[in-house]
Amino acid sequence: MSISSEKPTVRWHIGVFLAPAVLIYTAVMILPLFGTLQLSFFRMIDREAVFVGLENFRTLFFDPRWSASFWNALGNNTWFFIIHMLVQNPIGILLAAILSSPRLRLASAYRTAIFIPTILSFVIVGFGWKLILSPIWGVAPSILDAVGLKMLFAPWLGKEEYALTTLSLISVWQFVGIPMMLIYAALLSIPDDIIEAAECDGVTGMSQFWKVKLPLILPSIGIISVLTFVANFNAFDLIYSAQGALAGPNYATDILGTFLYRTFFGFQLQIGDASMGSTIASIMFLIILAGVCFYLFIIQRRLRRYQF
Amino acid sequence: MSIATHSPVRSIAAHAILIAYTAIALFPVLVIVVNSFKTRNAIFRSPLSLPDAETFSLIGYQTVWAQGDFILYFQNSLVVTVASLALVLLFGAMAAFALSEYRFRGNTLMGLYLALGIMIPIRLGTVAILQLMVASGLVNTLTALILVYTAQGLPLAVFILSEFMQQVSKDLKDAGRIDGLSEYHIFFRLVLPLVRPAMATVAVFTMIPIWNDLWFPLILAPAEETKTVTLGAQVFIGQFVTNWNAVLSALSLAILPVLVLYVIFSRQLIRGITAGAVK
Repeated sequence: MSISSEKPTVRWHIGVFLAPAVLIYTAVMILPLFGTLQLSFFRMIDREAVFVGLENFRTLFFDPRWSASFWNALGNNTWFFIIHMLVQNPIGILLAAILSSPRLRLASAYRTAIFIPTILSFVIVGFGWKLILSPIWGVAPSILDAVGLKMLFAPWLGKEEYALTTLSLISVWQFVGIPMMLIYAALLSIPDDIIEAAECDGVTGMSQFWKVKLPLILPSIGIISVLTFVANFNAFDLIYSAQGALAGPNYATDILGTFLYRTFFGFQLQIGDASMGSTIASIMFLIILAGVCFYLFIIQRRLRRYQF
Repeated sequence: MSIATHSPVRSIAAHAILIAYTAIALFPVLVIVVNSFKTRNAIFRSPLSLPDAETFSLIGYQTVWAQGDFILYFQNSLVVTVASLALVLLFGAMAAFALSEYRFRGNTLMGLYLALGIMIPIRLGTVAILQLMVASGLVNTLTALILVYTAQGLPLAVFILSEFMQQVSKDLKDAGRIDGLSEYHIFFRLVLPLVRPAMATVAVFTMIPIWNDLWFPLILAPAEETKTVTLGAQVFIGQFVTNWNAVLSALSLAILPVLVLYVIFSRQLIRGITAGAVK
């Protein structure tokens, strides 16, 4: 309650404080977002936008020229997300669990070093890994050779069956720092009394982690999962930097972001198509919205939050 | 998994895992930077060794210097990042102050409206953003990028800053009001200096995605004179794809500024993440 709220006068200063942020945010983010959703119901016919209802969506889902690419991109994107959930988050939790153990020396040095890939741009990460995995340069084969596994080497980024998984793992390499930090923070915020009580009851080591700490950090794991979901279904840069807009080989690494870019902007012989671009963006919007709502209304409600 | 350090075996195991993962995290970066200082032959013959007197070479950097306009790209990135950052911090703090300080009709609704952008990525509106920029003649200007990044950074800034502003002592503000300070004075003179640590955290969070973004420079400002470092490096690498010296040097040059910033701000960043996550 503020003093000025008791006065009946118009409080202009509230408007002045809010106006710049709300105006820029509305004009550059919210209106274009809805503008894009709206454009997906129109199609350019003879340089004029004509309302076509859900026709664009039907084209995207069922027209053989579009649907194959769309379902391919959606499937790849789902795989991209699954790899992140299965690899990135468990590694992040493992590292955080180790880092948060008491009396560990050099913990902050490890933390700082492991977080470095996260701050690098996708161009560096995508291209750097492309060079390292390149059979021409031979860094990867010579390392595998050193541990006696040279026969495992393959041009991973160039083979259709491996390329997407390889890129997902590169992305995992880049972003493992985020779940690590968030879980680390959650683990540190567990009060000592709870840990001591567990130790008095003889719950230590591994079973202490599974039975005491893990239930307490579940809300953080929930947040990380939804952040990963949003970031993955909105990804573009890494694939574009490593494989180009065509998301080769033979579209094996095409995800919704690269598909949207090619459709909207055009590439090589393909002409850019704003209304189909909006349609893909709208689908991405609905997927992300569904994921966020699923988290907010189903996951978050079920997870008990503990107040310390 | 929670490896207690009572027993030396566990402690060694913990360090072994951490050292192994640190090596995985740093190795690719080191390989790129180290090889950028070697001759072409040495890059291929012994990619894993350090450069010595014989194999040391700056030819890659010379190519980058001669062929790419990296000073200009760097300048563009700096202008875009600093300007967006200043706008996000100023406007974000103002809005956060309004939301956390005053009760008015629609306060919660406004908070939710501004928070929407934390989860929904601005990229999804790209088609209409491009139309907007074309209509207002801002394509291929840095202004377009600054506006987009300001809008992108505001939601999280407002969210974090209003959490912190709620903690500013109420007595202090009321004392200011009794002394006859205007609401603007209270905000700029009393509250803003007190939330400076939170502003630093928001600054680091906002800065990294802006500096690293490829999508909007590619779509809104791909012209030679408005390229950012990220886009410039991408295009340069695309053109010099077979010149390994140049590519490795360009990558190293792109790594360095971010790395320096990270080393300066890493404490702030890590403290920010850990403070925010405890909530």
